[in-house]
Amino acid sequence: MDNATMQKSPTYLEEFKRKGYSRKDFLKFCTLMAAYLGLENSSVGQVVQALSNKPRLPVIWLHFQECTCCSESFIRSSHPIVADVLLDQISLDYTETLMAASGHQAEEAMKNTMTKYKGEYILCVEGSVPTAADGVYCMIGGKTSLQILEEAAEGAKAIIAWGSCASNGCVQAAKPNPTSATPIHKLVKGKPVIKVPGCPPIGEVMAGVIVHVVTFGRLPELDGLGRPKAFYSKRVHDTCYRRPYYDAGLYVESFDDENAKKGYCLYKVGCKGPSTYNACGVTKWNNGVSFPIQSGHGCFGCSEENYWDNGRIYQRASAFPGFGIESTADMVGKVALGVTAGALAAHAVMTNVRKKKLIKGLEKEGKESEKELKD
Amino acid sequence: MANGKSVHKLRRVYVWEQPVRIYHWLNALVILVLIATGFYIADPLALQSSKEASQQFTMGWVRMIHFIASYIFFFNFLFRIYWGFVGNKYANWKQFIPTSRRFFREMWQVFKMDILMLRGKEHMSVGHNAMAGFIYFFTFLAFLVQCVTGFGLYASMSTGWWFPKLFAWVPAMFGGDFFLRQVHHWTMWFFILFTVIHVYLVFYHDYVEGRGEISSMGGGWKFIEEDVFEKGMDVPNEPTKS
Ligand code: SF4
Ligand code: SF4
Repeated sequence: MDNATMQKSPTYLEEFKRKGYSRKDFLKFCTLMAAYLGLENSSVGQVVQALSNKPRLPVIWLHFQECTCCSESFIRSSHPIVADVLLDQISLDYTETLMAASGHQAEEAMKNTMTKYKGEYILCVEGSVPTAADGVYCMIGGKTSLQILEEAAEGAKAIIAWGSCASNGCVQAAKPNPTSATPIHKLVKGKPVIKVPGCPPIGEVMAGVIVHVVTFGRLPELDGLGRPKAFYSKRVHDTCYRRPYYDAGLYVESFDDENAKKGYCLYKVGCKGPSTYNACGVTKWNNGVSFPIQSGHGCFGCSEENYWDNGRIYQRASAFPGFGIESTADMVGKVALGVTAGALAAHAVMTNVRKKKLIKGLEKEGKESEKELKD
Repeated sequence: MANGKSVHKLRRVYVWEQPVRIYHWLNALVILVLIATGFYIADPLALQSSKEASQQFTMGWVRMIHFIASYIFFFNFLFRIYWGFVGNKYANWKQFIPTSRRFFREMWQVFKMDILMLRGKEHMSVGHNAMAGFIYFFTFLAFLVQCVTGFGLYASMSTGWWFPKLFAWVPAMFGGDFFLRQVHHWTMWFFILFTVIHVYLVFYHDYVEGRGEISSMGGGWKFIEEDVFEKGMDVPNEPTKS
């Protein structure tokens, strides 16, 4: 990083102190973050070091087609420091939701960050970008979302796509996607994009991603779909505490049955945990209080691409394309099986009619041979 | 034979070698197992059991059987591809991928005679006829799809050896496990439909041709009319002699 410009901004530790946190709080926070990141114990020091010495990371946080649930999740992440310092003071140089400035002042602030920290700042994007009708569906300050994104992406060091909207389009990109809502990685070329999907993503996961960037000065390791491996390499199903019931074959059949009371697996009432990569089973939500499955509801699969179109919430099977939303592969398959059986029966009848001569010939041949043996 | 005109002279031909037969029946068995366990995994039965979860492992076993069967299925499939290069001419890969005009001509013949039920004179190939061979080609593609999607789903939940990890790229290609799972389920239906039609056609061919089609997958033998050899029509990928 450019030291001359960065020296002016205070380090995280200084910010923590200014906010009235003790060193103990600070260390607790570092340990927590290291744990979430899946770092070894010995690396806690590295996190402490980085947050004590490194200047705050300049961040621009843009909002497009979204509901702000990602921001909400972030500021409610379990450790107060996250809200107070990371967000409030990550030097969120521009974020429509939380900044004090507005109008021209705000635009000014963003411009400043973009020029002052060119090539240094992290661009966080919440929401998808509508590209239909020249982008009129989401405009801010007279510019389309795409224009704003492109301008801001230009000088960014890396881009973090917060939530399912920015990562895969979420609900507004569900069929028929009237505004052509498009995820960020499809619009920005030549910049690393970290996807942090979820509707919303877990606050601790979001904080973890930022702490990783601050600590190591580079992006966390990503999987094939561009998600940080530390949080998205396991399925909810792999860490679900109801998993023993799944393996035992004990399932909730309906939400009001005895099995539901006993806390059996929610697979048959549509739990998408087995196909969803997220950290819910471990990190949980709302300060680790619970997560959907613990509260008796199956996983939606909110962090998976296209989860609105790809499945039904309360059933495992999804619609078979081209056969209406009520159809499933099994229904279509059974009909196809019936049709096939009918066609084969018809074929068998036709064979006996049309190939009568041939079959009779074979039979005659056989009988003649038999006769010859008798003679 | 005294009455040469109405009684065929037949030759016994060793069509399906033992490895092909073993492949075939092993394949049939694991596919049945995979379909049965696959249905269970997709929609498990409601267990009537008062035992504690710690004392049963029903889904666990079913999944384990599914995974073991899928390994057998995959390596059996690999073996069959290998045998397509070293086996006899009826097992050769050219029986499945058209490489000559005669192949297409025979496909048309089969269509005319066995589907439209028109009259035709030509004798059919000894091993697979051209149409069957070509459809098996698609079946092999379905095998491939099923292996790739299946091991793709399995990759992230497997621990241990490297083999399933080779398929770790698959979910990304399908945009995640949701869709992958569906494709895997749809393809299974292809197997079911194929099996029904396949079994029917074996009976059909035995019935109208009298060459021992059904028993051929048992002992390997088919009984073929002498003139097929005179005309050199025993495999569809080679030009006829006449
Ligand atoms: S409740 Fe869902 S995530 Fe948990 S074991 Fe059952 S299917 Fe898997
Ligand atoms: S349990 Fe599933 S639906 Fe719920 S937040 Fe986690 S990933 Fe999203």
